[in-house]
Amino acid sequence: MAAPIRRLLVANRGEIALRIIRACRELGIESVAVCSTADVRAPHVRAADRAVTIGPPHPRDSYLNAGAIIDAARGTGAGAIHPGYGFLSEDPDMAAACAGAGLVWVGPPADVIARLGSKIEARRLMRGAGVPIVPGETPADQTGVGLAAAAERVGYPLLLKASAGGGGRGMRTVRAPGRLRQAISEARREAESAFGNGTLYVERQLIRPRHVEVQIMADDTGRVVHLHERDCSIQRRHQKVVEESPAPGLTPAVRARLTAAAVSAARAAGYRNAGTVEFLVEGAGDAADIAFLEMNTRLQVEHPVTELVTGRDLVHAQLAVAGGGALPWSQDEIAVRGHAIECRVYAERPAEGFLPDAGTLLRYREPAGPGIRVDAGVVEGGVVSPAYDALLAKLVVHGETRGRALARARAALARYVVLGVRTNLGLLSRILGHPRVAAGPVDTGFLETTLDDLLAEGGEDPALALAAALAVDARLSPRAPEAGPSAPDAVRDPWSTLGGWRLA
Amino acid sequence: MRILPTSIDTRSEEFRANLRAMETLERDLEVRRARARAGGGAPASRRHADRGKLPVRERLTHLLDPDTPFLELSALAGGGMYDDEAPGAGLVTGIGRVSGREVMVVANDATVKGGAYFPVTVKKHLRAQQIAFENRLPCVYLVDSGGAYLPMQAEVFPDREHFGRIFFNQGRLSAAGIPQIAVVLGSCTAGGAYVPAMADETIIVEGAGTIFLGGPPLVKAATGEDVPAEELGGADVHTRLSGVADYLARNEVEALQTTRTVVSTLHAVKPPAGDVTTPEDPRYDPGEIGGVVGADLRRQYDVREVIARLVDGSRFDEFKARYGPTLVTGFARLHGFLVGILANNGVLLPESALKATHFIQLCNLRGVPLVFLQNITGFMVGRDYERAGIAKHGAKMVHAVANAVVPRFSVIIGGSFGAGNYGMCGRAYDPRLLWMWPNGRISVMGGPQAASVLVTVKRDQQTRRGGGFTPEDEAAIRDPILARYDHEGSPWYATARLWDDGVITAAETRPALALGLSMAANAPLADPKFGVFRM
Repeated sequence: MAAPIRRLLVANRGEIALRIIRACRELGIESVAVCSTADVRAPHVRAADRAVTIGPPHPRDSYLNAGAIIDAARGTGAGAIHPGYGFLSEDPDMAAACAGAGLVWVGPPADVIARLGSKIEARRLMRGAGVPIVPGETPADQTGVGLAAAAERVGYPLLLKASAGGGGRGMRTVRAPGRLRQAISEARREAESAFGNGTLYVERQLIRPRHVEVQIMADDTGRVVHLHERDCSIQRRHQKVVEESPAPGLTPAVRARLTAAAVSAARAAGYRNAGTVEFLVEGAGDAADIAFLEMNTRLQVEHPVTELVTGRDLVHAQLAVAGGGALPWSQDEIAVRGHAIECRVYAERPAEGFLPDAGTLLRYREPAGPGIRVDAGVVEGGVVSPAYDALLAKLVVHGETRGRALARARAALARYVVLGVRTNLGLLSRILGHPRVAAGPVDTGFLETTLDDLLAEGGEDPALALAAALAVDARLSPRAPEAGPSAPDAVRDPWSTLGGWRLA
Repeated sequence: MRILPTSIDTRSEEFRANLRAMETLERDLEVRRARARAGGGAPASRRHADRGKLPVRERLTHLLDPDTPFLELSALAGGGMYDDEAPGAGLVTGIGRVSGREVMVVANDATVKGGAYFPVTVKKHLRAQQIAFENRLPCVYLVDSGGAYLPMQAEVFPDREHFGRIFFNQGRLSAAGIPQIAVVLGSCTAGGAYVPAMADETIIVEGAGTIFLGGPPLVKAATGEDVPAEELGGADVHTRLSGVADYLARNEVEALQTTRTVVSTLHAVKPPAGDVTTPEDPRYDPGEIGGVVGADLRRQYDVREVIARLVDGSRFDEFKARYGPTLVTGFARLHGFLVGILANNGVLLPESALKATHFIQLCNLRGVPLVFLQNITGFMVGRDYERAGIAKHGAKMVHAVANAVVPRFSVIIGGSFGAGNYGMCGRAYDPRLLWMWPNGRISVMGGPQAASVLVTVKRDQQTRRGGGFTPEDEAAIRDPILARYDHEGSPWYATARLWDDGVITAAETRPALALGLSMAANAPLADPKFGVFRM
């Protein structure tokens, strides 16, 4: 039986490491950070009580180096490891190694991760539990002939996916049989290089589906609750860009089907700790179809939207449950209040094929105000390294209604200052301002189909150039005062923070 | 400050029933707003567009800073009046931000009878000017109006608070250092010509804006001269020859851009904000207020549950919590601004009135704005209370309200009856802004009470004359009174006549108050001074 966690090692970097360390501080748990040699001055290292340098910058040598991380935990006397997301978070071997070393793994047990990580196994499990799934299979015959036969059974259009991985790599859309051969060789090549395993999975592609996922949480006694849904349909190449909760335009009946299916899925898998059950939703009204996509066996990037609408702290709950405690809430204590939206702020050049950008943050100012939360992994003067994920921060806003949340998010984005690296801030603002987004639900193809228009709208922003010039000027001139006495304080001024509010 | 606790069970049947009742009223409000926004309707809007003119709300979008709020006032003015021919009174007024400066916008909607001034249009225009005066807001007039509505001239032209007052106010506002800017987007004929002529600076659109004391038909009749409108008083004439206007714009968008530039040169700086903290949302959902309050005014609830859903962090520092409990007083932050709140929690007793007087004095001397949450049947009556001096205690409260120099805001969150309306800063007490919720009611007393008073009076009369008084006689007096009070006490009747600055939902109250508090901070406070309190 596990005991309450007293010292926790956070096996991650950036905003999620900071997020977890903050939770430790709130709970009186000591925190241990790990870092690569490129990160010794990173904010997560400064925030933690202790830090261990575990290897060179390349993730393979540091953040993906399970042995070094377990040694760091042993060396610092940490009793538990929180993996965050990405890196080793969904690696069953890492979870097993932790258990083997007598460390508490903040996440589900290794066998559960392994079972849900295999698409075949996960689908078999879900089918058995009565959870609706998308038609698809991993044919035993992985030759071109075998895959073509599987494709015929599944139907077109279809998706070829790497059986071993996720995140959009090794994935190809095939609209007609004539394109299958080439897609197979491309997908296999990518799958082999990314995951070391070229096994392919064939899946029917739904028409204009929405991506809706349900947050669940389970404890050691087998109790499972859901924390309602998130809509993550605004995505590019299967990378989520904007997420929100609740999902707009779902009928109560569909919402109930989704949450019930998610809880059944978690029960069937013998799930523990925080997880997310992803679904595709096709069609509208009560008749909308739902289909299980996959289950993520970790904390999600977009967990804050759930925290804002439910008022529950997921990391607190993760640590309590991992320490052998019971779920801190019952199902009927978890209600949704208002609407939350998350925007992922990336260092990238949207107009140049979303090339990641790197450099020093010359000026970095986060928006603040009521209903605004920023989970950032960077500080002004810090360096954005090309070695890691380009996510700088997550801007998460809460409002009484979806309309107010959208207005708040746009007003906050307008006040977000990042100089030194290019970002997608402008694009995010244009996405939120798009009439289809304002009107309600969009499908997962939305961003791809409107991207050209959204990018064309952007262009060079003279205000940005002026701001940059001013920043340079301020650095060169000796100690200019920050602002005059009559300058409006943007955080306190409702004319700045309410966005385009109207009596509507 | 203490965080207010809540005892509301959002899953209870009562809460849900209340919420449903309030939501029905809010949907009614939404429908009425949509109807008012539609202005003169589709054919009139088409004709307007065919002349190359923008709809009034699109004009606002071009004028205001992008992605900033607009606090519209009395959107439902004129509703149900003049055979419903003046939706929104044909005028959009409100406070918005232009070039970083809070301004009062007064914009004619020419799709409503050519922007003509009905009696209530005049009232709405004058109210906007009064707000501008009290809060030192520069005024931007988007003019597109044929002037007074001639069929009703007797109720529009001659009296003190009629059409002429608009120009009187422009003169006084200008003299007070409150800039007056006119944008001529259509016709300004006869009296209407004085809006741009009286303004400090005027922008006029070529080919659309005209200013003249007498239009072409009048000139033809008077002198036989045949002059086209553009030649008589178009943009070229006025910016080149007459000097009646100052800036020529080639189209509306350019005119509104020029207006933004003009506002940026006003050199009117808002006084620095004093004690303002970082704002915080309430801990409890403002969307729950409907479930607390419901639509039935006879239902009792604890008004702290409402306060908890309006103020920052649901924190409230209650003053004199144990004394005069039928009125709740205390300090809170609203969007960072410190406010003193007075909220009814029952009928006003002598102690509640004394407590209110004490609290208002406190806030007045400290310069803390006051927020009145009105839900009041009146002051207590009866032998004991008269002997205890309820009248003089009530008078003290009214004195304090009347003379407080700090900004005062009133929200009618339930009933507003009798002298309770006075003590709680009703319309006659000049609150900076006054709103009503859709569940509100306003009249000198409740309908049933009025009916029963009249029935008693009549019955006594009949008895003195030796006549009989049947239940039919009683019904003949009671029923019309009930029907009349029901009709005239409704928020729609009230807001149509500008007894308030608009009907807003409970959830809109917090942002509306925040913008109002920010607006009020534009004007310095006068020195606090009270009259004689009867002891």
